[in-house]
Amino acid sequence: MADRSTNEEQSQSIINLPKVLLHGPPGFSSLLQPPYSLKFHILNNASLPLHHFLANHAHLCSSVAAVLCDGGYPITTDLLSLLPSLRLVVTSSAGTDHVDLEECRRRGVRVAGAGNIFSQDVADLAVALLIDVIMKISAADGCLRKRHGLSWRDFPLGSKLTGKKVGIVGLGKIGLEVAHRLEAFDCMISYNSRSKKPFVSYPFYSSVVELATNSNVLVLCCALNDQTRQMINREVMLALGKGGVIVNVARGALIDEKDLLRCWLEGEIGGAGLDVFENEPLDCEELFSLDNVVLSPHAGFSTLESYIGICQLVGRNLEAFFSNKPLISPVI
Amino acid sequence: MESIGVLLVAQVIPYLEQELEKRYKLFRVWEYPQLPIEHANSIRAVVGNASAGANAALIEALPKLEIVSSFSVGVDMIDLDTCKEKGIRVTNTPDVLTEEVADLSIGLMLALLRRICQCDRYVRAGNWKKGDFKLTTKFSGKTVGIIGLGRIGEAVAKRAEGFNCPICYYSRTEKRDSKYKYYPNVVELASNCDILVVACPLTKETHHIINREVINALGPKGYLINIGRGKHVDEAELVSALQDGRLGGAGLDVFENEPVVPEELFGLENVVLLPHVGSGTIETRHAMADLVLGNLEAHFLGKPLLTPLV
Repeated sequence: MADRSTNEEQSQSIINLPKVLLHGPPGFSSLLQPPYSLKFHILNNASLPLHHFLANHAHLCSSVAAVLCDGGYPITTDLLSLLPSLRLVVTSSAGTDHVDLEECRRRGVRVAGAGNIFSQDVADLAVALLIDVIMKISAADGCLRKRHGLSWRDFPLGSKLTGKKVGIVGLGKIGLEVAHRLEAFDCMISYNSRSKKPFVSYPFYSSVVELATNSNVLVLCCALNDQTRQMINREVMLALGKGGVIVNVARGALIDEKDLLRCWLEGEIGGAGLDVFENEPLDCEELFSLDNVVLSPHAGFSTLESYIGICQLVGRNLEAFFSNKPLISPVI
Repeated sequence: MESIGVLLVAQVIPYLEQELEKRYKLFRVWEYPQLPIEHANSIRAVVGNASAGANAALIEALPKLEIVSSFSVGVDMIDLDTCKEKGIRVTNTPDVLTEEVADLSIGLMLALLRRICQCDRYVRAGNWKKGDFKLTTKFSGKTVGIIGLGRIGEAVAKRAEGFNCPICYYSRTEKRDSKYKYYPNVVELASNCDILVVACPLTKETHHIINREVINALGPKGYLINIGRGKHVDEAELVSALQDGRLGGAGLDVFENEPVVPEELFGLENVVLLPHVGSGTIETRHAMADLVLGNLEAHFLGKPLLTPLV
């Protein structure tokens, strides 16, 4: 009897807590660590597909005020209309291309993102991929491990990073961190962005083609939206020139992948370091077999330090919201 | 100039070999297991590299030797004392490879902490479909300890600072005007940094400067980057530490007995292994070759040497 009443008490106390609906991959619930995991009534702990979960728990729909979602798990008009009491979307990603921001705005739903948590790690990865491609680090390591018997003398020579002309596409938080790092290598930085940044001394180019014409390397750090989708196309790649290198740590769909492969096979491009792809996880035999490419499994933010940071941040955003305090990292 | 004998004791880039052939009477040591006396007496210069130079025996065998011009910045394969004694000039290739070696050191640190090589293999093997790669270690903000704050050490420091890495160092003497924190010995340096970089010349004193004590001080969350010489590191101790988990990881461009790489390292995930590519860019190798040629030319024209060591 005592056990049952304790359970009932526990259920009662959970029921009174604010509801947070999870929309992410298996294991997503581990993002909410104590003390935050104890402050909310967490729905869809098992990370079922959301429409499936909501269909089986229709009675909960009308009382959900907050959704915690992962990047790539879309917040659509359909979903928003299933949750009439929704007031907050917290995404654990830096990107917000999976959230219908316009519809959220229209409905008065706030959105919080990853803020600056990942910026350094993503910038580090951009530089890591760049150095790896041009100095052939992964290629050399792989060769040695396979014990090809390749004479060390015959290993193909690379190129140095120092002094390269780097064009950054998108000079937001991440773009600025990338620029700061590459300045230490005496790289010449220029950029393209929606608009010229007033307090920045790097040369600005109003078109990506112009930026590419004046660079040896392009680093993509911008958001994905209707204006930027597939903007890195054949014209840009040809402008960058043979020997040019593209690094993408933003969103795969910024690059026209068909054009990329074509330019590759024609020798119009020197190399690429890619952390993101149009379809993830990557399953493209043609890309797998290319040399002068370094592939990364969308790992820009996947360090222990960033993980601890995002766990804290999502918890703090939810807590702030439900205490009527300002969001820590608001997007809208 | 055609009659000046030059002995090439190591393989160098084709451009250098061709130019030496054009300008001098070139002897390649691998074509002469026993160098005939008349050739030996015509040799006035030796051109070597990081792995082969001029030891006392070779110097003795070349009575007309005037200059050793190395296609490398490290000259541990040249018997400098004997050269000094006999008034033989020695030149190397400083500065032209500084930036590139520094670029590579940062590349190694990033590749090691962020597991770039493993991630690339993971994706290519189709493993991403089965699940995300595990969490790696952040590089920005880690403390970088540098052994030897010369040209290369300073260039490494400058680049690491771009990642907000605090810098500390050990060198034979403290650099009074350096903004970086100095430690009077390598063990203390290793205890106080996350990533230890070997960037000093190889001498009797720095042989096996990375030994068991230093490795243990660096510890299971520490990383070693060697862009110096293989003999800076007690390789057997390093391998054992990596296997035991006493060291977090290692990025190695050089090995004690190149081109031999200890077999045990191939199976480890927390190492990055490179075939001595430290100066392996087209621009740098060309610039190094021009220095070798420029030094030889200056010497035989009686002009000041470009980059003399002795």
